Amino acid sequence: MKVLSGRYALLLGLVACMGILLLCLLASVRFGAARIGTWDVISAFTDYGGSEEDLIIRTLRVPRALVAALVGASLGVAGAIMQGVTRNPLAEPGILGVNAGAALAVVAAVFLFGVSSLSAYALLAFVGAGVAWTTVYALGSFGGNGSTPAKLTVAGAALHALFSSLTLSLLIVSQQTLDQIRFWLAGSFAGRDLSLLLQVLPYIAAGLVLAFALGRQLTVLNLGEDVAAGLGQRTAWTRLGAAVAVILLAGSSVAVAGPIVFAGLVVPHLARFLAGVDYRWVLPYSALLGAMLLVCADIAGRVVLRPQELPVGIMTALVGAPLFIYLVRWRIKG
Amino acid sequence: MKGRIALRPWGGRVSLRLDPRAALVTCTLALAAFAGVVANVGVGEYPIPPLDVVRSLLGIESADGNYSFIVNVLRLPRALAAVLVGVALAVSGAILQGLTRNDLAAPDIIGINSGAGLAAVTLIVVFPSVSAAYLPPAAFLGALVVALFLYALAWRGRSSPIRLILIGVGLSAVATALTTVMITFGEIQQVSQALVWLTGSVYGLSWEEVFMLLPWLAVFLPLAFLRFRHLNALSLGDEVATGLGGRVELERGLLVLASVALAASAVAIAGAISFVGLMAPHIARRLAGPSHGGLLPATAMTGGAMVVLADFLGRTMFAPIEIPCGIVTAVVGAPFFLYLLHRSRKA
Repeated sequence: MKVLSGRYALLLGLVACMGILLLCLLASVRFGAARIGTWDVISAFTDYGGSEEDLIIRTLRVPRALVAALVGASLGVAGAIMQGVTRNPLAEPGILGVNAGAALAVVAAVFLFGVSSLSAYALLAFVGAGVAWTTVYALGSFGGNGSTPAKLTVAGAALHALFSSLTLSLLIVSQQTLDQIRFWLAGSFAGRDLSLLLQVLPYIAAGLVLAFALGRQLTVLNLGEDVAAGLGQRTAWTRLGAAVAVILLAGSSVAVAGPIVFAGLVVPHLARFLAGVDYRWVLPYSALLGAMLLVCADIAGRVVLRPQELPVGIMTALVGAPLFIYLVRWRIKG
Repeated sequence: MKGRIALRPWGGRVSLRLDPRAALVTCTLALAAFAGVVANVGVGEYPIPPLDVVRSLLGIESADGNYSFIVNVLRLPRALAAVLVGVALAVSGAILQGLTRNDLAAPDIIGINSGAGLAAVTLIVVFPSVSAAYLPPAAFLGALVVALFLYALAWRGRSSPIRLILIGVGLSAVATALTTVMITFGEIQQVSQALVWLTGSVYGLSWEEVFMLLPWLAVFLPLAFLRFRHLNALSLGDEVATGLGGRVELERGLLVLASVALAASAVAIAGAISFVGLMAPHIARRLAGPSHGGLLPATAMTGGAMVVLADFLGRTMFAPIEIPCGIVTAVVGAPFFLYLLHRSRKA
């Protein structure tokens, strides 16, 4: 269940992934609602003249591509951490309540106060996600024997059900709220600009650094609580660090793009398929593959029904699920 | 085994093992479900005292001649449907969790709910003129299509629970994404209606729907209950199950079939209630202990009691506004489960 073995193969794989990601980013800048030629893209950078094409590229397309990549990387890594900590291959921000908490915060604010700006959504979503995962983590770790993967998992699932039911009831009660928020709820990069990107960049960066620093600990923890403790790890600290990283990463991504499901689930599986079980490799691979997936899904969402746009949350599933099923069906033994 | 009572009636030719705690829990939950039915039938625009409800149910003539009609024709089917839906979903979830050894396994995770949801939402949003009577068959068809895909894709000579569930998650994601397309771009009026279906509600169910559901339960509940021993063995892993003499493939196939059929038939008439299939087994396990033998009946009763009581609360809390029971199950059930989770930790 591992394609790349050996240090050099893994490194080479990472470099190849970066190359592919770069190509995806360029394609994301090139394709979109307005038809822009490849030369216009190049000239927007080399010879900025302030034409309409240049403006579109510089202020819309490039930030959007970068947002997609960052959100994808965050979701991939957050999913990998969650799957590692809960030791459950189904764990991801969408299933364990993080997205649902963010959605509830945003929908409640729209319902109660008529909030309507993207940056307000972002702040609320981040807070909601943070509160949700803190609650899951706290509920999963109270009591004598501390946090166990099973407790964390079921507590997350229960809170997810609670939050999404409350969200649904608000949406059913108020058609106006539903109409205003349904596009956001599907998960989308439309209209995300540079300022929003700069707002969340520090959090995502901190989350990624923390996550990569925890790589070795997560690998050991994945072997089991007892093994990890026996090898001298302070598992409580590892879990706490992981929880903080999840809040930073999943919180920022839902803040920027809305609740995108499935990416956090599928990406770590792809990463493990390539890189095995060592989290020092799984995490960077998850970041790059997640970025690729979301950038590609975003491109697809923009060109499929041009000039109409499909939310990226929908396209992630439509692009990612067939790939995932293919892997599980034909490639992964089990 | 400690705390178990072995029953050997008929001179020991048949033997039964009884777990007193599980039996007690199951009986209590059954009583709760019955109380839920009585309460549910009693409330409404025309309140009926509980005693008269019970008398009408038993066919005894009451002081008021209308009671019997109101109870047995108008209100009983809804309450009964709530119990049956809860039982079906809960058992379906318990089977999947036992089979895959995964706490998150549930009919909605493997796409049964999302398949039904996609079909129903498509019908509501794209063909608003079609009568609501076609919703149950359409939803059932949607669930069936997902189940067939699941079977075709997950089967490779020998099945594997984790592959089954991962492929189910993939299928579920596709169906959910297509549903989201409808929700995002549909007419707001219809979308709102579709959301109510997606939360799940037993509003307006009549004997017709109860009789639609009943055959499925009659076939697949006994199947599930008779196979519980194998679920016990399968939970220990393939090697152990084979070692204990189980025909792993056959048992697993039957159990998956039962689980899918139960969930699909329940979702078809009541909408995509998501909480029960996932959480009823966990709640039951914390109340009754881990053995599948005791677990399945306890889970069934947990599910039944949950949905009928949730429906009762949903009807009475903010009357005359009705809250769909799909919402109440989660809003009341989740804190209760978290309390159980917290409590069982101290033990």
